[in-house]
Formats: sequence, C-alpha cells, structure tokens
Amino acid sequence: MHIYANPTRFLKIARPLTAWLGWSGLALIALGPGWGLLFGPSDYLQGDSVRIMYVHVPAAWLGMAGWTGIAAASLAHLVWRHPLAGIAARAIAVPGALFTAICLVTGSLWGRPTWGTYWEWDGRMTSMLILLFLYIGYIALADADRERGGTGRIAAIFGLVGAINIPVIRFSVNWWNTLHQGQSISFTGGGSSIDSSMLWPLFGSALGFSLLFGAIVLMRMRAMLARQKIEARLRRLGA
Amino acid sequence: MNHWPFVIAAYAVTLSGTGGLLLWSWAAMRRAERKGEELKR
Repeated sequence: MHIYANPTRFLKIARPLTAWLGWSGLALIALGPGWGLLFGPSDYLQGDSVRIMYVHVPAAWLGMAGWTGIAAASLAHLVWRHPLAGIAARAIAVPGALFTAICLVTGSLWGRPTWGTYWEWDGRMTSMLILLFLYIGYIALADADRERGGTGRIAAIFGLVGAINIPVIRFSVNWWNTLHQGQSISFTGGGSSIDSSMLWPLFGSALGFSLLFGAIVLMRMRAMLARQKIEARLRRLGA
Repeated sequence: MNHWPFVIAAYAVTLSGTGGLLLWSWAAMRRAERKGEELKR
C-alpha cells in the first residue's frame, strides 16, 4: 500500500486507469441495465417494476461500499498516516452520497407499485437514510477541516465511527420485521432466489456502476492532487 | 397499475445523476490539471 504513497507514482497509474475504468464501466452499464430495461423478463409477482432492480441494487451496494472505503482510508490515514488516504476518503464521499440518494429514490419508486407506498420507516430504509445523513455530515466536516488547515483527523474519526451503520444496514432485514425483502443473493452457499436471466444483467450492472464509481473517485483524487500542487506552488511564489 | 412510469423515472434519476457527476468530476479534473500545467510553465 505504501508503494502508492508517492503522488507521482500514484498519478502514473491513475491516469491510464481512469480512462479504462470509465469506458469499460459505461459499456457494461449500457449492456446490464440496458438489457434489463428493454429485454429482461418481467417478474410474475412484481411485473415490470422489477426492472428497477438493475439500478437500485448497484446503487445500494455502492452506497455501502463507498462508506466501507471511507472507513478503510480513514484507518490508513490515522494509523499509517498514508498521504493519499485522506484524499481518497474525501474523493469517495460525494459519489457515495450520490449513490445512496439514488438508492433511496429508486427504492421509493419501486415501493409505490409493489408495496403501495413510497416510504415506510422500517429498518432497511431508515438505516439507509441515516447513511445519507452520515455522508452529508462527512462532506461538511472534511471540507470545514480542510478550509481551517486541519490534518483531516476529525473527518477520519467520523469515517470510522460511521462504519457502525454498515452492518446495521446489512442485517436490518434479519434483525427487524421489515417491509423490505430479505437477502436474495448469497455468496456463501445459500443460493440465489433470483433467476439467472435476471441475475447476469444484475451482475453486469453492478460491475459497470462499480467501475464507473472507481473512475469518478480517481478523477476527484487527481483534481484534489492538482489543486494541492497549485496551492503549494502559489505559496512558494508568494514567499 | 402501469409500472412503466416508475421504471422510467428510476432509470432517469440514476442515469442523470451518474452522468452529471461523471461530467462534473471530469471537468473539475481537467481544469485543475490544466491550471497546474500552466503554472509550471
């Protein structure tokens, strides 16, 4: 991990990787949700509203994965003082918040025709809404800390503490009697209750949005590093 | 109930949100890197 602590070495890898992740992500998004929307089968119970799954599930996954990334970067920032960890955490925050908001909006749009309501204060939906508030709080705290010339320590502690919400979201459907359905996909031998004709476009969609998420994070990191360099150069010129 | 307006709204929100952030991030990166290059010269 410390190999990439040097921003010059990181940028050498990040430049070609940004384009590769961006273009392959866009291609997979055109294939996954595109196929799901136009050619995928409708569900025997949920009808055509099941097509919302191809955008809702990847958004939920990225909202949770984003905060997990913030927590991991915060740990690296606090323990190893990795110079790029704070930048990585701040770069993840905005796309993470966006995908959490998309998850909530698309979930509401899926809920209305299937459950008869846009919103219910159940465990899964409420814990996901809390995640959105955590993201907004993190963005505000990290920006304020940076403007005051802080080290990013407070934001990193907030990033670690907020990670408590991730297992709450994950197990909310088991811990409480919720309106939200339980786990449909299992990687631990439990099998999946989703038919393969829906499962493969869903995997394509999740991978596509994940690659695009990676490209956006790299773009934001590159912008932050360039701005840091400009500020340092202007300070040198002014001195 | 016709489900299609809900499906189309969900895709519109997702694609416009993701596309908007992608373009904004790309423009911010290009602007910052270009400014850095100009300052180097």
